Amino acid sequence: MDFTFPREMEKFRKLVREFGEEVVRPAAKAADEKHEVDMDVIRQAAAIGLLGVPFPQKYGGVGAGETGYCILMEELGKVCTSTATTIGAHIGIGAMSIYLDGTEAQKQKYLVPLARGEKLGAFALTEPNAGSDAASIKTKAVRDGDAYLLNGSKIYITNGPLADVISVLAVTDPTLGAHGGVTAFIGEKQFGIQVGTVEKKMGIRGSATSELIFEDVRIPAENVLGPVGLGFITFMKTLDTGRLTLGAATLGGAEEALRIAIDYARVREAFGKPIAHKQSIQFMIADMAAEVEALRSLVYRTAWMVEQGMPYTKEAGMCKLLGSQTASRNIHRALQILGALGYSRDFPVERMFRDARIAEIFEGTNEIQRIVIASQLFKEVGIRIRP
Amino acid sequence: MDFTLNEEQQMFGQMFGDFMAKEVAPRAEAIDAEGETPSELLEQAAMQGFLGAILPEDYMGAALDMTSYTLLAEAWGRADLSSATVFHAHMMTAMAILAHGTEDQKATYLEAMAMGEKLGAFALTEPAAGSDPAGMLTEAKPDGSDYLLNGVKSWVTNAGRAGTYVVFARAPEGVTGFIVDADTPGLKVGGREKTLGLRGAEIRALYLDHARVPAANVLGKVGHGLRVALSTMDFAHLSLAALTLGGAEQALDLGVQFASERKQFGVLIAKKQAIQNYLADAKLKIEALRHLIEHASWLAVQGKPYSFEATMAKLYGGQAIYETANTMIQVHGGYGYIVDYPISRLYRDARAMSIIGGSAEIQRVLVARHVLAEAGIEVKP
Ligand SMILES: Cc1cc2nc3c(=O)[nH]c(=O)nc-3n(C[C@H](O)[C@H](O)[C@H](O)COP(=O)(O)OP(=O)(O)OC[C@H]3O[C@@H](n4cnc5c(N)ncnc54)[C@H](O)[C@@H]3O)c2cc1C
Ligand SMILES: Cc1cc2nc3c(=O)[nH]c(=O)nc-3n(C[C@H](O)[C@H](O)[C@H](O)COP(=O)(O)OP(=O)(O)OC[C@H]3O[C@@H](n4cnc5c(N)ncnc54)[C@H](O)[C@@H]3O)c2cc1C
Repeated sequence: MDFTFPREMEKFRKLVREFGEEVVRPAAKAADEKHEVDMDVIRQAAAIGLLGVPFPQKYGGVGAGETGYCILMEELGKVCTSTATTIGAHIGIGAMSIYLDGTEAQKQKYLVPLARGEKLGAFALTEPNAGSDAASIKTKAVRDGDAYLLNGSKIYITNGPLADVISVLAVTDPTLGAHGGVTAFIGEKQFGIQVGTVEKKMGIRGSATSELIFEDVRIPAENVLGPVGLGFITFMKTLDTGRLTLGAATLGGAEEALRIAIDYARVREAFGKPIAHKQSIQFMIADMAAEVEALRSLVYRTAWMVEQGMPYTKEAGMCKLLGSQTASRNIHRALQILGALGYSRDFPVERMFRDARIAEIFEGTNEIQRIVIASQLFKEVGIRIRP
Repeated sequence: MDFTLNEEQQMFGQMFGDFMAKEVAPRAEAIDAEGETPSELLEQAAMQGFLGAILPEDYMGAALDMTSYTLLAEAWGRADLSSATVFHAHMMTAMAILAHGTEDQKATYLEAMAMGEKLGAFALTEPAAGSDPAGMLTEAKPDGSDYLLNGVKSWVTNAGRAGTYVVFARAPEGVTGFIVDADTPGLKVGGREKTLGLRGAEIRALYLDHARVPAANVLGKVGHGLRVALSTMDFAHLSLAALTLGGAEQALDLGVQFASERKQFGVLIAKKQAIQNYLADAKLKIEALRHLIEHASWLAVQGKPYSFEATMAKLYGGQAIYETANTMIQVHGGYGYIVDYPISRLYRDARAMSIIGGSAEIQRVLVARHVLAEAGIEVKP
């Protein structure tokens, strides 16, 4: 066992951290207030290769693997959860679905510009009546010559208003259900995918979430992603890696909360000395640190498992479950330690508090993660559980 | 033991609930979005007698007993926590004057407060003294028959809107309470605090620059200001606890409503144990909180001390409302994160309740002090 990061990963972390501190952090507050993606930040990230971190260089990426990608998400998670979300949806689910199941030609055509940051990606699964129950999607894809015509609507799609390339799941054969009847497609915005309602959200307001409307959108048959009928598998596999790296982003948020709490408790005085001297404060901080370390180990061990080619569905679910809880809890504690200042929008904890809450919900709610974890555990003892 | 409300209390409870559901709840979203509790709403509340709810009839109050008062605060909290906080801060200011004011002071201030002509604000906290008000720096210097107040008070709910402030400052004899009129020369209000929630409450700093306050406006005895502030906390704790009860009930209502309409995997999510557990735990917290509040208010109605019980209710209420709002967001899934659904507002509002009126850590100190006093051990914060 070796728990140190390779030298090149440390170097990569340094690069990302500098980018985070110099470019992302200063822009976070304004993006939240304007409820707008700061495209300048995204462009600058693209310019230094950050939009293709995990992918091999031959596909326009940096070749930093899952570990490098987790490092990116962790460092972004510290400074701005909105930016982590925008880049996470682009790399971790949008481009990733093409990387995992795309043909060589699809990778050249779509993954390369996505990884280089010339195009922005999105991943469109959720529908009004199919959230947790993703298998119940209704968006239809009907074969029409050498193409498919898509009709339906997707909601809550991160990067929806901005994305050029959209991985989308649709029903190709309603008689077969999710396994056999659902197909993944690589859509382009310019095929006629329309942006519907852009959501106003409690947090991650520096990311954009919208409805995507498909009205006779024509997608060439060569853009079928993975085998026809097996799109559900492509999408679920993609979400596994998404969950791991979401865990990494929450690690960043949880660490940042810890740092803020220590910095404040060190200097804030009440009853004649710094509140750091009070056990109520010390114990909150000790719990925060313990949970951060547990999460760090889980996240990077899971990244290692991915790189070893080991199965990691259960562990990815755990990263997302534990990570989102740890971030929310730590930020909740940091807010408490700051007292009234924690409740003020003049300090970043307030934004972090609103932002963190989403991680317990998206990319599969925490209830769904528990179902995923439990079904893996019971599968090992011969019991099949249903959601 | 008798756990029923008397006929009058039941009638009031019904009336408060109806009024709040009709007049306040429909405005909650706009109050948050626009960051303001409309004056008409406060005028309406004054007309109903709410702004003098617990004041005696001599001062045009509605003379509610403490239990009925908590029913009012609960109903208001359920409808909208922002404007309920405005109401709460007003009421606690009036209670400080009622408990410690001279006959003259009461006659001068309370009637106007009950009629809604003057809103109250309570200025204890300072930038460097929150949990520890004894560390306050604001000075009150005797000057002939007046005092000159100098310093900064922070996080004053209703500042800028209030007509009557109760301000604490350090006189030569120690911390002292003062009743300060809004138009006192030398009193200035700072910019609005931008907050996570309770955005419809106006919270600002007060800048006191040689603010001249007549000695006749000293509230309670000179040098006894911390006692005045602390004794007001009994009422404030109970009042805030009632707000949290209302807020938690509202959160649960929203959760139940969503869970009984939303289907996934072919069934209502209400049919899933994970969801049922959230609802069950929320209900448990709500009923436990209600009993803490009822017990504390019952003691108050009996004329008995209720300080310890009110502190427990506030401490627990802060947790209960946060945890309930948090799990009810979860019940809403992605919808809970979209501002069109009121649960996200409640979640933001709820988070204040473990800080405002004394932090949870300080309230635990107070509870532990009570617990350990029986063992003869003194507890300091
Ligand atoms: C800001 C934001 C960004 C998003 N980005 C994307 C995106 O880029 N792409 C995309 O496809 N989607 C995206 N989503 C959608 C997100 O993945 C869904 O909101 C999420 O999966 C939950 O679905 P739902 O909202 O329909 O909630 P529901 O599925 O209706 O869930 C409601 C509640 O019921 C619970 N529940 C449901 N089924 C069960 C069960 N069987 N047992 C126990 N409990 C259950 C849930 O856990 C939840 O608590 C985003 C959502 C948001 C808010
Ligand atoms: C929405 C809102 C409205 C408010 N309205 C008013 C108002 O109308 N009037 C008014 O006067 N004030 C008001 N306040 C201020 C409020 O009373 C204070 O914020 C609160 O008392 C805590 O003080 P602080 O923020 O300075 O935190 P601090 O006292 O600096 O505390 C920081 C942290 O240290 C902890 N801590 C402090 N001392 C100890 C100790 N001895 N042991 C263990 N932990 C400790 C605290 O619990 C907290 O976690 C309001 C605050 C808010 C958020």
